[in-house]
Amino acid sequence: MIKLCISCDSLARAVGADQVAEAFEREAAQRQLPLQIQRTSSRGLYWLEPLLELESAEGRLGFGPVMPEDVPGLLEALDKGGEHPLALGPVEQIPYLKTQQRLLFARAGITRPLSLDDYQAHGGFEGLRKAALMDGDAVVAAVLDSGLRGRGGAAFPAGIKWRTVRQAPAGQKYIVCNADEGDSGTFADRMLMEGDPFLLIEGMIIAGLAVGASKGYIYVRSEYPDAIRVLNEAVMLAREAGYLDVTGSGVAFELEVRVGAGAYICGEETALLESIEGKRGIVRAKPPLPALEGLFGQPTLVHNVLTLASVPIILAKGAAFYRDFGMGRSLGTLPFQLAGNVRQGGLVERAFGLTLRELVEGYGGGTASGRPLKAAQVGGPLGAWVPPSQFDTPLDYEAFAAIGAMIGHGGVVVADDTLNMAGMARFALQFCAEESCGKCTPCRIGSTRGMEVVDRLIASSDPAAREDQAHLLRDLCDTMQYGSLCAMGGMTAYPVASALKHFPADFGLASPEAAQ
Amino acid sequence: MPEETLDLPLIQRVLDNHKEVPGALLPILHAIQQGLGHVPDEAVPEIAHALNLSLAEVRGVISFYHDFRTSPPARHTLRLCRAESCQSRGAEALAAQLREQLGLDDHGTTADGALSLRPVYCLGACACSPALELDGQVHARLTPERLQALVKSCRVEAGA
Ligand SMILES: Cc1cc2nc3c(=O)[nH]c(=O)nc-3n(C[C@H](O)[C@H](O)[C@H](O)COP(=O)(O)O)c2cc1C
Ligand code: SF4
Ligand code: FES
Repeated sequence: MIKLCISCDSLARAVGADQVAEAFEREAAQRQLPLQIQRTSSRGLYWLEPLLELESAEGRLGFGPVMPEDVPGLLEALDKGGEHPLALGPVEQIPYLKTQQRLLFARAGITRPLSLDDYQAHGGFEGLRKAALMDGDAVVAAVLDSGLRGRGGAAFPAGIKWRTVRQAPAGQKYIVCNADEGDSGTFADRMLMEGDPFLLIEGMIIAGLAVGASKGYIYVRSEYPDAIRVLNEAVMLAREAGYLDVTGSGVAFELEVRVGAGAYICGEETALLESIEGKRGIVRAKPPLPALEGLFGQPTLVHNVLTLASVPIILAKGAAFYRDFGMGRSLGTLPFQLAGNVRQGGLVERAFGLTLRELVEGYGGGTASGRPLKAAQVGGPLGAWVPPSQFDTPLDYEAFAAIGAMIGHGGVVVADDTLNMAGMARFALQFCAEESCGKCTPCRIGSTRGMEVVDRLIASSDPAAREDQAHLLRDLCDTMQYGSLCAMGGMTAYPVASALKHFPADFGLASPEAAQ
Repeated sequence: MPEETLDLPLIQRVLDNHKEVPGALLPILHAIQQGLGHVPDEAVPEIAHALNLSLAEVRGVISFYHDFRTSPPARHTLRLCRAESCQSRGAEALAAQLREQLGLDDHGTTADGALSLRPVYCLGACACSPALELDGQVHARLTPERLQALVKSCRVEAGA
């Protein structure tokens, strides 16, 4: 019997995994070869997808990227011991994977997303079992001690939020999972929800136990239909298996998946709460903090997918285990996401502290086009464009803040020398204009004015006039950065100002501080 | 009997199903759009009545979110990703290709009503940019040839 694994992840399928699986079924039937295909989550080695894994005595052997037309040849090779041009050897020995520190993505590519048995056989629900025997204060203390910071972008210490919500007196409290993942260049939330949904559910149940919340919402963007389907099924399976009738405390935990509707701003936590309440996604002024007055006016713990999914690991292995990863005040691991013009795009979970160069040049293998590397945008559409001269900066929240950039949700978009940075600055402003909730002027009006300034700057042939426009653009960035209510307007200044600072030539400006 | 009134049973069923749901407006709009392909205007008073909202509140929500449509979609909807990762891999050239070959601008529809083009900002496929979504199915590692084949599968007349 030949046992194969092929991923059912939506991106693996977007590059042909279903067609490859079908071709195997068809060819094997024709040859009357006994064959079994398991559809697992993805390893996140996307440049190798569709990745075929063959179960063998030496562990799983990889082949990829496989196209349907490779299947007949592969079947012959599998029969004869596995020599094939697409052969990659044992998957777990592939350096890209072997050198990672996978905590959150420990099961990625190994288990079937909706198999409770697989989940339990690989350490699932250990954290919940421990948490159920602990006092809520002790669970909160573990999260505090672990050093875990919010993975949604702002990197606020998670334990402090937990303590606030726990201490808030209220009849009804909520856990809200922010699965709006709108940032270009990011896909870790999607991979986790599609591939290991029980981990997120386990994290949310633990959070509910710890802060005294009996209801949880997962707000998923509508662009992720597979994640929505998998989560709905996983919630049902977990409920049927009794995991939501929480162990020990007698309180049942209710979980509901809510679907966004294509508004980037609904990733901002207060706009997200408005959206769950059935309103337009308009940002709320803070205070009050959502931890005290959140969903339907009640204390609410809002966290990103990765933050909540880290919790079972912290409980299962201990806060000390978790905080041993990382550097400074950036503790634990972060699943970095390599995207854009990069040869080896995929998910790289590592402890904080490796450099951007190790990530982009080491794991990524440089640009996909083979052309010179120009910059990388780290942290999504509100993140700065970082020039190669700053690539030795360690991936650490504080180190990135010190160079006027941010790590955000860990997405890295690589660009080669053909990408025009004035165009990208204009795009950042256009995106902000389109997605602004409209509540405050610097963001709503500033973004549109900014586009006009970039247009005038590029169109102008007079160097002095260009300098004037550049000056105006910098001023506008300042106004947006310091005068906006939320980071949508506030941080749109990052990609714009960084493009202007590091790549003045793209704007037709003289370069006093040439970047490269 | 105007054709639209045929939609009322579905709308009523959706509203009944969401009676007990707090903050039900988005799930209701999604369910109606899924059932009817769009959110017809005659749904608005029904929804407003069921949720005790004003017409303006319901309309405000429908227009705020990019996903909700108030008129029926074309037979096929192609959402081309235009966010940074896909831009760095040639998404703008793909958009230009659609403009030249089909006369399709962002938000445009071919004259035969077969295909609408909409921009989308990230499909989570960025490790294999550029990407698009055609009728709910994501395709990544796009090339100009692949895009052309996908469009052809919708049987759009060139230059329509
Ligand atoms: C414009 C904007 C978009 C955001 N989008 C997201 C998002 O898609 N996912 C997310 O987890 N956080 C997003 N955030 C951050 C959230 O507001 C909030 O900080 C986060 O959900 C808190 O969770 P954490 O503590 O786990 O990071 C966004 C913030 C802003 C200003
Ligand atoms: S900065 Fe923009 S998105 Fe944020 S509150 Fe102001 S207008 Fe809304
Ligand atoms: S930017 Fe296009 S899929 Fe993410």
